[in-house]
Amino acid sequence: MLATELCGVTLKNPVIAASGTFGFGKEYAEIFDISRLGGISSKGLTLEPRFGNTGERVYETASGLINSIGLQNPGVEAFIKEDLPFMQKSGAAVIVNLGGHDLDSYLKGVELLDSQDFDLLELNISCPNVKAGGMAFGMEPATAGHVVKEVRARCHKPLMVKLSPNAPDLVGVALSCQQAGADCLSLVNTFQGMAIDIYRQKPVFDNVFAGFSGPAILPIALRMVYQVCAAVEIPVVGLGGIASAEDAIAFMMAGARAVQVGTATFARPTAMLDIISGMEDFCQQQKLAHIGDIVGAANPSFRGRR
Amino acid sequence: MPVQSTRNKILENTQVTDTVYRMVVETATRPEPGQFYMLKGWGDEGPLLARPISVCDADGRTVTFLYEVRGKGTRLLSKLRAGEQLELTGPVGHGFAIEKVRGKVAVVTGGIGFAPMVYVAKSLKDCQVDFFAGFRDASYQLELVRPYVQRVAVATDSGAEGQKGFVTDLFDPAGYDFVLTCGPQVMMEKLAKACMACGTTCYVSLERHMACGVGACLGCTCQTTAGAKCVCKDGPVFLAQEVF
Repeated sequence: MLATELCGVTLKNPVIAASGTFGFGKEYAEIFDISRLGGISSKGLTLEPRFGNTGERVYETASGLINSIGLQNPGVEAFIKEDLPFMQKSGAAVIVNLGGHDLDSYLKGVELLDSQDFDLLELNISCPNVKAGGMAFGMEPATAGHVVKEVRARCHKPLMVKLSPNAPDLVGVALSCQQAGADCLSLVNTFQGMAIDIYRQKPVFDNVFAGFSGPAILPIALRMVYQVCAAVEIPVVGLGGIASAEDAIAFMMAGARAVQVGTATFARPTAMLDIISGMEDFCQQQKLAHIGDIVGAANPSFRGRR
Repeated sequence: MPVQSTRNKILENTQVTDTVYRMVVETATRPEPGQFYMLKGWGDEGPLLARPISVCDADGRTVTFLYEVRGKGTRLLSKLRAGEQLELTGPVGHGFAIEKVRGKVAVVTGGIGFAPMVYVAKSLKDCQVDFFAGFRDASYQLELVRPYVQRVAVATDSGAEGQKGFVTDLFDPAGYDFVLTCGPQVMMEKLAKACMACGTTCYVSLERHMACGVGACLGCTCQTTAGAKCVCKDGPVFLAQEVF
């Protein structure tokens, strides 16, 4: 009922743990059976290990969370040795998220990863917190298309590109990625936001700006997914503030083939299990043979296939 | 699953001081001293995230939290009543390695850092424990620790009770085999350095803003001699020289 095909990969359901919110699966495996998830997208990797940003890293807002983690990660090589084996045994589809600070670091990362055993590569051209996150590449259609084309030429895995809502022309970036050979897109990464400590009269984060996520961003993320799904033919994975089955179904009706859930897991570790069972209930109530039947149902301009 | 994420019944939630409350929750989970739980007692009307609260006592049937109201989340926690439900994730984190602690022990607390150290003092075996507690104006709940320690001494900022000044001025760490502490960062840092200078083993329980509480978000990372560690999962308790 929930099985979903994404770029030739079969997910047991369309619910994927979003990158940067689920580590490599180990922490939440101590709390629930992570094999029930459709997929897990790894913590964002970079070629070299990174400590991440200094100072405050998380700040809660009304229905949201601002983070300035700064892509703390062990680097691609250590990931392959220490963390990928665990993900491979998780029982969920394995998505490896890769960022980079220049074209060369993306390509070297892809080279190391390409021969490994996993399901999809998620190319991060959208982390707002560090130069290494690649948002510089994701802001303009031409630069996004260039990095995707170069990565595509060296990547034999299905290629998903994660887009930034901070791009002035998001639909243009999406079309450019499709043109450059992306197999699917995931959107949206976090919105650039900030917070000010009024007692210190200073920004909360050392980096000043940081990534805003959580239920507060859902309506904007949904609008963006709707617009991109009206422009591209490749599958779209929707994310941005999803916290319930209803939220996830709305993204699918906007045209998303699958969804990612992030911040909601922090708020309630088992949020994704509730979303999965809520989707099953919805299918039964609505007499849907398959959840995929609703993809794009609320978007008359939906250009993808169901 | 070693970490439970469940809805649990509140058995008691009573006010202890102007800002401190004591909550007893029904759970069969068995935390170690220094571990904590993520607590959430509200739906969409409250804050997005759960609140990390340390364990003040546990008996295999219930867990007791002693917590200070600091913001919206803890204020909402304080309004919950006996019989209501609470989302509880835990126990999480690495606590005090109390099986390694022997001999003369100083347990040192500042403010609400008192809470986890009650359970620590109770759990120590074969030790002579002196308990040093610092408060702003007045102590609370000291009766919880008296049965398990040789001596209790109090310092207050105002001098209204006990000795006026810093809790760290109440004793000389050189006279102890172990110092275990939880309190404000400045106090712990000062104490940790004094312990390192005289060769006394010191364990500190750190506090950081955290989102997930289980080691996934990397929001509470601290630099240690062994590299980047999560305060929530690898800590909150660290050997002093690893972090100071």
